Amino acid sequence: MDLVTLWFWLIALTFTLYFFLEGFDFGVDILRPTLARNEAEERALTGTIGPFWDGNEVWIIAAAGLMFSTFPIWYGAVFSGLYPVFVAILLALLLRGVSFEYRNQVDQQRWRDFWDWMSFLGSVVPSFLWGVVMAKIIEGLAVDEDSRVVSPFTDLFSPFALVGGCATLLLFVLHGANFLLLRLHQDTPLHARARRAALGWGALATVAILAFVVMGYVTEGLFEDFGVLPWLFPVAAFLTLASIWLALTLRRDTLAFTMSGLTILFATVTVFIALFTRGVVLPSTLDPAFSLTLQESASQHYTLVLMTWVGAIFLPLIIGYQIWNYYVFRERVRPDEGALDRGY
Amino acid sequence: MDVVELSRFQFASTSIFHFFFVSLTVGLAFLIAVMETFAFVRSDRRELYGKMTNFFGHLFLINFAVGVVTGIVQEFQFGMNWSEYSYFVGNIFGVPLALEVLMAFFLESTFIGLWWFGKDRLKPWMRLGAIWLVAVGTQISAFWIVLANAWMHHPVGYEVVDGQARLTDFGAVVFNYKAWLYFAHVQGSAWVIAGFFVLGISAFHLLRRQDTDVFARSLRIGLVFAAVGTVFSVVSGHTEAQVAREDQPMKFAAMEAQWETSESPAPWSLVALIDQEARENTVSLEIPYVGSILAYNSLEGRYDGINQIEEQYDEAYGEGDYTPPVAWVYWSFRIMVAIGSLLLATAFLGLFLWWRRRGELDRTRWFLRVLVLLIPLPWIANFTGWMVTEMGRQPFMVYGLLTVEEGVSANSFGEVLTGLVGLWIVYLALIGLDVYLLTVTARAGIHRTPEAQLIAAPAPSYEGSGFQGYERKG
Repeated sequence: MDLVTLWFWLIALTFTLYFFLEGFDFGVDILRPTLARNEAEERALTGTIGPFWDGNEVWIIAAAGLMFSTFPIWYGAVFSGLYPVFVAILLALLLRGVSFEYRNQVDQQRWRDFWDWMSFLGSVVPSFLWGVVMAKIIEGLAVDEDSRVVSPFTDLFSPFALVGGCATLLLFVLHGANFLLLRLHQDTPLHARARRAALGWGALATVAILAFVVMGYVTEGLFEDFGVLPWLFPVAAFLTLASIWLALTLRRDTLAFTMSGLTILFATVTVFIALFTRGVVLPSTLDPAFSLTLQESASQHYTLVLMTWVGAIFLPLIIGYQIWNYYVFRERVRPDEGALDRGY
Repeated sequence: MDVVELSRFQFASTSIFHFFFVSLTVGLAFLIAVMETFAFVRSDRRELYGKMTNFFGHLFLINFAVGVVTGIVQEFQFGMNWSEYSYFVGNIFGVPLALEVLMAFFLESTFIGLWWFGKDRLKPWMRLGAIWLVAVGTQISAFWIVLANAWMHHPVGYEVVDGQARLTDFGAVVFNYKAWLYFAHVQGSAWVIAGFFVLGISAFHLLRRQDTDVFARSLRIGLVFAAVGTVFSVVSGHTEAQVAREDQPMKFAAMEAQWETSESPAPWSLVALIDQEARENTVSLEIPYVGSILAYNSLEGRYDGINQIEEQYDEAYGEGDYTPPVAWVYWSFRIMVAIGSLLLATAFLGLFLWWRRRGELDRTRWFLRVLVLLIPLPWIANFTGWMVTEMGRQPFMVYGLLTVEEGVSANSFGEVLTGLVGLWIVYLALIGLDVYLLTVTARAGIHRTPEAQLIAAPAPSYEGSGFQGYERKG
């Protein structure tokens, strides 16, 4: 495997980790208004992701930074080409990020309600839009002969992209519900509510993912170049998703969470395989000859060598201490009076 | 206004807003780590230093979150607004950015959570380790981003092949003298901001005779930081100016609004009315010799004027307008220097009072009042400093290699304008909230509910929390 291929898959890995990790903290924030019945429960729900969300969010900064250093043309084309989408994502992340810290700084119901809305919307918007981004990357943008993206605004919301957005949104909500099953104390009513939510949202997520795969195959013809082996991934994504229903019914919470995690993994890999099998990183909708190819979009060899050393040293280290972070806060959360004094 | 100017304005806004928060984060992280170290080491005063750490730690957290989220915008906007630039420099510029994320952002964001939420779960030495890792992380982060910025001012270790810069020597990029100078200056100014922040808040409470045991000590810690920070900033800043005279002569001439090559010895302009159109100063009040001292540490020596450098640049880079907005650069530089000198004098006056007689520092009430008033000044110095360095290199984006116009994305005017308006609304709201929450929390002090009407409850208990483990062990 050459370094270009290696970095293509390492970027796929950072996106996967981002969707896996931030997916469940988005999901928890989205579920909070419907699951929590009082202030203590709201804080308990926030408490399940309190020590983690910030570290999770850095994975998207890592994905952007790694794309910049190893595929600068791809980075420039995707981020400028989807400009309005990224502006919306940024505004959402800005407001959501501070909502954790600011919500409890002022003891006033209206103030808390406002920040609850911000954390809700700030999670719904990016959850949806990341699906749009992924769908647009495989569907392609109007890349011209100078590798500049000249897509008009209306181009951004194709039916396929909208279905992709629904798929990630619903998948993240389901993943969040499954995460809650692991983080909340089992004998609380909140835990039972989370299980019901997982079942309901899981059904919708299954429909959305199925629609995404079928649409990608039938109307977009995206997976035509897939050999037999790559086909495993969209199929596996669907199967793992369907199996969550079984896991939830059998009250195997860890299994359910593992399965929604695997669904995210397989779905993200599907997106990257749809690019990889065509040898492109961003197809052009104007002329296939203008598409950004894998090899030509990559940085020079020296930079890739350098980045490989950097990645080999720091990625395992980061994953290691993040796992330790989850281990330190492994204790399940229970809504009680004590939680009110502990900041969140 | 066109897309280029809008994009420039957006980049400047994002960087300035981002830096407003992070400069405090970078400096304060270090101060808090030192406070917690005192709590760890001084078992006889553990409760006192514990309170201090928790109080300033709370202020740190309010500010930290905003620095993090505005940083995401910073990371995305190279691709969003400057895709041509990203293509041109990606081989080189992307590396320090990626290093910043991998070496620093993960460290800070993970360990800040462990430090604050892990109070009752971690052993004291682990908690101390966590805050030190956050502090080190902020410095590493500052280093890599400043290194990337310095490369734009003084590109090294590269060759341009087919309209793209290619890395030839990463060692040269890391040991770029400009990067280390900028880093020293940014680091020093972050210490100044955090030092005067702690000084001002401590002085405020000492004036009201609240928790004087805690605040008399935080005043002294802040004072040491402020003194070290100001010295660092002044020395590195002075060197930076001299280096700019050699590698960015246009910036240096614009800082001095020196249109024609100076005499020797060169005077220094104190106040000037600048006419950019006519390319001359209508009025200039000058002090003899100081220009040469500034440029050469000597009583003689001349330096080139803007008009002469313009001719050289026309020859080197092709016909064009290479003169930056002189008045902006000139005045920003003067405001920064004036504030810097005032802060340096204040810090050393403080050290003098501390040294002269025991307790005199806490009793000199006029000095404490001055400290409270000084809190916003380091931010203004910081802001104007960035104006000098970034406006002074116009029209270049990468000095001598790529102009700002060449670097921009193919976005439409409407897209960029909409995004800019959205970001400004959120930025203004965030900066307002940050200042408001910092003010009420800082004013409330320890053990007291904030006075402001809006805030009633959540003053966290600073006492004990997180330091119980210390008592059990100790």
